Amino acid sequence: MADNALFQFLLRMGDNSLILGHRVSEWCGHSPVLEEDIALANTALDLIGQTQFWLGLAGEVEGKGRSADDLAFLRDAWDYRNVLLCELPNGDFGQTLMRQFLYDAWASVMMGRLMTSSDERVAAIAAKASKEVAYHVERSGDTVVGLGDGTEESHARMQAALDYLWPYVGEMFDSDEVDAAMVKAGIAPDPAGLREEYDALVGKVLGQATLTIPTDTFHHKGGRTGYMHTEHLGHLLCSMQWLQRAYPGATW
Amino acid sequence: MGQPSVDTIWDWLDQVPDPEIPVISLVDLGIIRDVKWEGDTLKVAVTPTYSGCPATSVINFDIETALRDRGIEKLTLTQQLSPPWTTDWLSDKGKAKLEKYGIAPPSPKGEPERCPNCGGHNLERTSQFGSTPCKALWRCRDCLEPFDYFKCI
Ligand SMILES: [Zn+2]
Repeated sequence: MADNALFQFLLRMGDNSLILGHRVSEWCGHSPVLEEDIALANTALDLIGQTQFWLGLAGEVEGKGRSADDLAFLRDAWDYRNVLLCELPNGDFGQTLMRQFLYDAWASVMMGRLMTSSDERVAAIAAKASKEVAYHVERSGDTVVGLGDGTEESHARMQAALDYLWPYVGEMFDSDEVDAAMVKAGIAPDPAGLREEYDALVGKVLGQATLTIPTDTFHHKGGRTGYMHTEHLGHLLCSMQWLQRAYPGATW
Repeated sequence: MGQPSVDTIWDWLDQVPDPEIPVISLVDLGIIRDVKWEGDTLKVAVTPTYSGCPATSVINFDIETALRDRGIEKLTLTQQLSPPWTTDWLSDKGKAKLEKYGIAPPSPKGEPERCPNCGGHNLERTSQFGSTPCKALWRCRDCLEPFDYFKCI
């Protein structure tokens, strides 16, 4: 049971960075300006790199000989454990950066806690990822402020993005028996315990961006437990897993 | 052939160029974390610069090729994540070579010391990211040249 909980926890970490990394990579060659194109591609690369560590360890813990690639390319939507926020469509550039900021802020708090994990392997991945995440959150935060406190048009688009995405934030702080097992083993914190630090960071940046956080506390869920993903994940996997579906077992 | 000393191996690795910035070696970059013999097997520990650095697999391949070419038969490459790579591990020799090549070396204050082209101090950042994950884009207002800055992490 303990190992299965750890496996589930690692899938959640790895699937978040994999699915968001793939989403961000969809911008490659389509960004509004060259610098942003490069920045998004680099962010995606970091996320996919972190995925290799998380899913690599997940496969090791599971002990059935599955590699990070096997887990990424040979599972269907119902086996994914990412939060719904990560699989939502890119929308416009503002919505992509808002989604990135809402995730980066969570990741920066989470990695900070995981660096003291009782599991050395988890602590090592978190220490590596935390440096990259710090850079990501600085950039996405700056962009959210720049666009939120920008023109009337950019402000309206950022507020619309926040209104659309905010109901997906709560899922990152849900807890279940997997989290309870991680807390008990000293491997990972209770996600609910990250909320205060998250709200302080996000509140500060969104305040500077002159944006208003929606007051409705309802939140969508079902991604991290695998209960029900949005329709968007299946479409994403069709594209991401196309090669392995068309040519099973292909390597190079 | 006798077993080459660990110092000799380090010298050999110091001649393997970084695939993306070939003026510096893998040793200059600070990513070779350990070299040791275990019986007749040579063990080399390598740490990635950035998690998603696409050069990682090329780097491993280059290390293997360089050592096999010099007659090392039993070789194990391991990935060492902890402690995470930091630009503090770049050698002084490497930093000097970077600047000469036109890339401003990392600086603790988080921005380039001076323009690698003219030495000017009137600088501005164009983008937090550059052509590779380890670099950011800057521009010199004195000579008007854009340049890469090796990010400090
Ligand atoms: Zn200059």
